Amino acid sequence: MAMLELKDVHSFYGNIEALKGISLYVDEGEIVTLIGANGAGKTTTLRTITGLIKPRQGTVTLEGEDLTKFKPHEIVYKGVSMVPEGRGIFARLTVAENLDLGAYIRNDKEGIKEDLERVYELFPRLKERRNQVAGTLSGGEQQMLAIGRALMARPRLLLLDEPSMGLAPVLVELIFDTIVDINKQGTTILLVEQNALMALSIAHRGYVLRTGEIVLADSAENLRNNEMVQKTYLGME
Amino acid sequence: MDSQNTFWKSAVKNGLLAGAIGLYSTLVGLVQAFNKRAVIEQLSLGHITLLLSWGVVAYVFLNHHRESESKGKLIAAGALVGGLGAFLVALLPMTAQWVDYHFVFVHAGPEMYSLLTFGKGPWLGSAMLVAVGALWGILIALVVSLPTFWRDSVVKAFLITITVGLLSDLFTGMTIGWMFQPFLGVEGLNILGAVLVFGLSIAYDYWSAHRKPKESAEAVATEPAGVTKSQLRRMVVGALALVVVAGLPLLLGSYLSHVLNMVGLYTIMGLGLNIVVGYAGLLDLGYVAFFALGAYTMGLLTSTGPLGIAHWTFWEAVPFSILVAMVAGILLGVPVLRMRGDYLAIVTLGFGEIIRILALSNWLKPLIGGAQGILLIPKPPLFGFKIQTPIHFYYLILVGIGIAAFVAYRLRESRLGRAWMAMREDEDVAEAMGIDLVVTKLTAFAFGASFSGLAGAIFASYVGSIFPHSFNLLISINVLSLIIVGGVGSMPGVFVGSLALVGLPELLREFAEYRMLIYGLSLIAMMLLKPEGFWPEPIRKRELREEVGD
Repeated sequence: MAMLELKDVHSFYGNIEALKGISLYVDEGEIVTLIGANGAGKTTTLRTITGLIKPRQGTVTLEGEDLTKFKPHEIVYKGVSMVPEGRGIFARLTVAENLDLGAYIRNDKEGIKEDLERVYELFPRLKERRNQVAGTLSGGEQQMLAIGRALMARPRLLLLDEPSMGLAPVLVELIFDTIVDINKQGTTILLVEQNALMALSIAHRGYVLRTGEIVLADSAENLRNNEMVQKTYLGME
Repeated sequence: MDSQNTFWKSAVKNGLLAGAIGLYSTLVGLVQAFNKRAVIEQLSLGHITLLLSWGVVAYVFLNHHRESESKGKLIAAGALVGGLGAFLVALLPMTAQWVDYHFVFVHAGPEMYSLLTFGKGPWLGSAMLVAVGALWGILIALVVSLPTFWRDSVVKAFLITITVGLLSDLFTGMTIGWMFQPFLGVEGLNILGAVLVFGLSIAYDYWSAHRKPKESAEAVATEPAGVTKSQLRRMVVGALALVVVAGLPLLLGSYLSHVLNMVGLYTIMGLGLNIVVGYAGLLDLGYVAFFALGAYTMGLLTSTGPLGIAHWTFWEAVPFSILVAMVAGILLGVPVLRMRGDYLAIVTLGFGEIIRILALSNWLKPLIGGAQGILLIPKPPLFGFKIQTPIHFYYLILVGIGIAAFVAYRLRESRLGRAWMAMREDEDVAEAMGIDLVVTKLTAFAFGASFSGLAGAIFASYVGSIFPHSFNLLISINVLSLIIVGGVGSMPGVFVGSLALVGLPELLREFAEYRMLIYGLSLIAMMLLKPEGFWPEPIRKRELREEVGD
């Protein structure tokens, strides 16, 4: 059984149908990427999984359990954490406080401490700046913080929304290397990206989304070599 | 040559501006009204208003050209601005024999003219006024051309001297007032006192500027030992503060203790609203409702009058006052769960008004007395002793503040406190952290309301009778303003804010309508000069000053 499975999901913003029957799955231990242009429905898919939008039709299941009947904050307790688009850090709180809030759902002090060390190990920059107000961090550091904060919940499934957005290429590479590390340490990852080249280079499988529908689903390698993908999303002629 | 011309042109322009401001404040009666209060010897607040209206303009103008123009020119320009400003005002008494200003400006009359001309008649007096203006401008120019440190120090000392002079009633009202007599005139400071305050302010500036670098160097050098040393110092300061706070009403006497009690009640409310607005970021404009509910609960449960239903003591009723306010907080919270910002503010505003109007209504009159309110609310007993004078209540309120501050502090550091702050920053992301927004919002409203309920309960027992009109919108606005002035989210800021916004207006009572003008002006000035508040929360300060930590 897949870890996460979406079956024929239709989601709406008011009367606008943003997802027109999406089906996808993520197996345990995988990195799966969802690529597509602006407005294709990538973020909507994530918002549907995390419960911020209730689908009008279709099911979202995590290890067989229906997620749509839970509220957003309850879904976090099921082991799903999201790194929101535009990072969504708490700008007026310090780095340490942000990370602390990431572990909001947990009570095991020892485990939290361990995970904090792990996050600081992944991102030494955060440790240096742990008492700094998060709003004063650079874009890259804020992205690190957003990822670190999501990890503090010790999720089994990590959802990443455009982690490369607005970052310098060097930083993008660093962030993606870290995503691979996190995955190797046992966290399943669903990665939404516009930067298809980077996303496909680290993912196992991928889905191509266009105006609310999945138009392609294949292994990352096959997608990289797919002519349509190359033309539309990788900018190759 | 051209730039020379523009300098003088702009000096004239500023002189006219100074005159216009002076003229305006004279004609609306401000100067005259303020003339009632002497600040230093014969110098009244009215004089100071005029001097300030010219002085501020001259200072800003000259300071702008401080680097680029010579000292001599600055002095000449200062004389020009001050003299021109004074001349415009002097036009009033000079032309008064031909023009009847009183027809339009009710305040214009012999009394005003004599005030402006030092009682020396229109011609000589006006000349004197212009001379004073010019000399004042020169003085300002001299201050401006001082080195930066001294300039700032002198300006600060001047403002402090005026403030102390204005508040010198404080000293005479004290039980140890005689100690200050040598420095006080009939009203306000005498020359000796003014010089002393001025000198002390400058000396303090000098001392703190020359001491700081040494101290920080020391702290770096002796890091491990320095920790215990600074801890010790903090403990000594804390103990001293405790003694002062405990002994304060004995020094201050009855009237000032009453003022402090009002400050204290507002502090308790401020600590509560700070939870709602500061921590949780929910703008609540109906906060007075919980104050009223706390007071009415106390009134109904303890009153020995016809409306009293239980004849309990204060101590038995307090928990119920708090509880009722808390429940009301939750009841208000439920319908506004989905609202944010402005919308929330409007709904809470309505809620506050509903409670006040219900208290006024004929419908509830048999139960809570309508406009006549609830009378005969007994004072709290304490082991056979009765808490009744303002000085007694001071200690009761102090205990109340202590409890409120402790609870607020613990809440802030708790998991719930973190959740409030996360929600304030971003509701969606907070939810993505696993924070239940419904519970988090309702607890913020409930805890915030409970503080106000406590303040209301004490208030009811303190004043002995309560009326609906005591619970108007202005209280909500005052509490909100005081936490903003103190620094949103900051606990010491709440106290500083209530001292400034509740204590000061109380001391300026005699200025009637202008009191609120001063209040409003100082609020505006405050927000422009120190947007983070008098005593900001460290994080907020960091955010506004954009410092980089570590």
